[in-house]
Amino acid sequence: MSQTPENLKYAKTHEWARLEDDGTITVGISDHAQELLGDLVFMELPEAGTSVSAGKECAVVESVKAASDVYAPVSGEITETNAALADSPEIVNSDPYGEGWLFRIKPSDAGELDLMLDAKAYEQAAAEEDH
Amino acid sequence: MLIFEISKKDRCNPSQAPLEKAAVEKIPDRFRRKQRPLLPQVSELQALRHYTRLSQQNFSIDTHFYPLGSCTMKYNPRACNRLAMLPQLLGRHPYAPETTGQGFLACMYELQEMLKDITGMAAVSLTPLAGAQGEFTGVAMIRAYHDSRGDTGRSEILVPDAAHGTNPATATMCGYSVREIPTGREGDVDLEELKAAVGPKTAGLMLTNPSTLGVFERHITEIARVVHDAGGLLYYDGANLNAILGKVKPGDMGFDVIHMNLHKTFSTPHGGGGPGAGPVGANETLQPFLPVPVVTHEGGEYRWLTEISLPHSIGRLSAFMGNAGVLLRAYVYARLLGRDGMQRVAEFSTLNANYMAAQLAKAGFQLAYPDRRASHEFIITLKQLKDETGVIAMDVAKRLLDKGYHAPTTYFPLLVPECFLIEPTESEDKDVLDGFIDAMTEIAAEAKDSPEQVKGAPHTTPVRRLDDVRAARQLDLRWRPRD
Repeated sequence: MSQTPENLKYAKTHEWARLEDDGTITVGISDHAQELLGDLVFMELPEAGTSVSAGKECAVVESVKAASDVYAPVSGEITETNAALADSPEIVNSDPYGEGWLFRIKPSDAGELDLMLDAKAYEQAAAEEDH
Repeated sequence: MLIFEISKKDRCNPSQAPLEKAAVEKIPDRFRRKQRPLLPQVSELQALRHYTRLSQQNFSIDTHFYPLGSCTMKYNPRACNRLAMLPQLLGRHPYAPETTGQGFLACMYELQEMLKDITGMAAVSLTPLAGAQGEFTGVAMIRAYHDSRGDTGRSEILVPDAAHGTNPATATMCGYSVREIPTGREGDVDLEELKAAVGPKTAGLMLTNPSTLGVFERHITEIARVVHDAGGLLYYDGANLNAILGKVKPGDMGFDVIHMNLHKTFSTPHGGGGPGAGPVGANETLQPFLPVPVVTHEGGEYRWLTEISLPHSIGRLSAFMGNAGVLLRAYVYARLLGRDGMQRVAEFSTLNANYMAAQLAKAGFQLAYPDRRASHEFIITLKQLKDETGVIAMDVAKRLLDKGYHAPTTYFPLLVPECFLIEPTESEDKDVLDGFIDAMTEIAAEAKDSPEQVKGAPHTTPVRRLDDVRAARQLDLRWRPRD
């Protein structure tokens, strides 16, 4: 069974988000998402400085099965991307909530985070999709 | 093994060498090679054995059942090949004058007419070289139409989430942004979501019908009305035309422009990257924008129409007029079938799919859309098998190879977990379908009793399971000699 940590916020489109002490928001894809995608082989991450808007695609993850868009969970500016993933995308498979984070956003409205799902609601949404 | 790996210095094959040495004296020195090209050095017998062995390792429609969903891997009648290869057609130069190519032009004209008739369109251009180019053409025509009216605010193409990946790619290549429309529980487009999405930004909707979920979109006339009322146009992706050939016309469903994959529906060889043929058809609204050249028949003569007589055309897609060889094969195929035969294609491909779906359900497999009648293809989900045994769809696909069947399409469409998209086509008989169903039943039993046997498959093919993850991460596309 896939893991869904309680301390994170989730999007229906399978991203997770975590507010850091410095006010930025770290974003990755959920354990459920990496499991569905299978072994990841390529990532296309936004460059630092890119503006993103909530609900719009801003990155692509590609596995042996499919290429899939990643949507920005909140609006703002990309401050940093996970450089380690360029050579080792498999980190997202092995540690989706830790070393496998994708990028950080400096939010223009941190309140958007509250609109996201909690762990329980996300699990429910994922189970429903998985009919 | 590559032919380079059996190469040895100074081994050659003089009996096959050209009789005359090529005259290179007139080529300026700076353009001539300084080093010999790295060609394999093998004997005639070695070359013959190498390529014969490769052909024996092939898994193809000529040797095996190939139910690859959404690809329509049906039998390519040998007559089509034979007639398309008549020396008068093979030797024809594309710059030959129209007066000496009346036979070829007549074939192309008649093919245009037959495709018009079968799709309910006002005109057809045969020139797109493949399905993807046909799609690009269709959406480029939609763009040209809006531009011609000065209606430049339309920036969005709507695409259902079940669509082929090529649809959003096409819209993007034509400069549109893509808006995804969700699919409802039973596989139809979610009408309420569609109504909420259309508006002054809508340039058009791209739809495959029957969809990649293997079901016929039941609300198609309503969908067409909603999109047209908003000022958008409808594009028909002809990927699944096989299911409705001679039964329903996309023109009657309300589509404005359509592409057809002749290499699927009209049975010319495909796979391995082509060549293909993706003709486009248009209704009267979009006809002026069709790509050139097209063939016309006036005063008893066939001739090309170009930009001169069709000034609104989006232009040319290739130097000449498409893949003539593929178009000729499709022409012969259509003539062999005739009107009645086309209807039987739709009837038998649909009957075969529904028979297999029913038998597989009886054998305990889960249909993704059990309440819907299948079109020419259908989806099963192996999620329950995975939950019970740990065997995944890919394992079952590989195990099918051991039993002499090419696997169906796996993990597509993405909406259905652990899925197989199965398309038997009309060219297989009941014994073959039953054999496949038996193989699936055996594999399901193996998954429970000896899962390792399934997870380790294939066991009998020339190459065992490849490490597709490593292959994707460490691309190795070019052979280099060892020092």
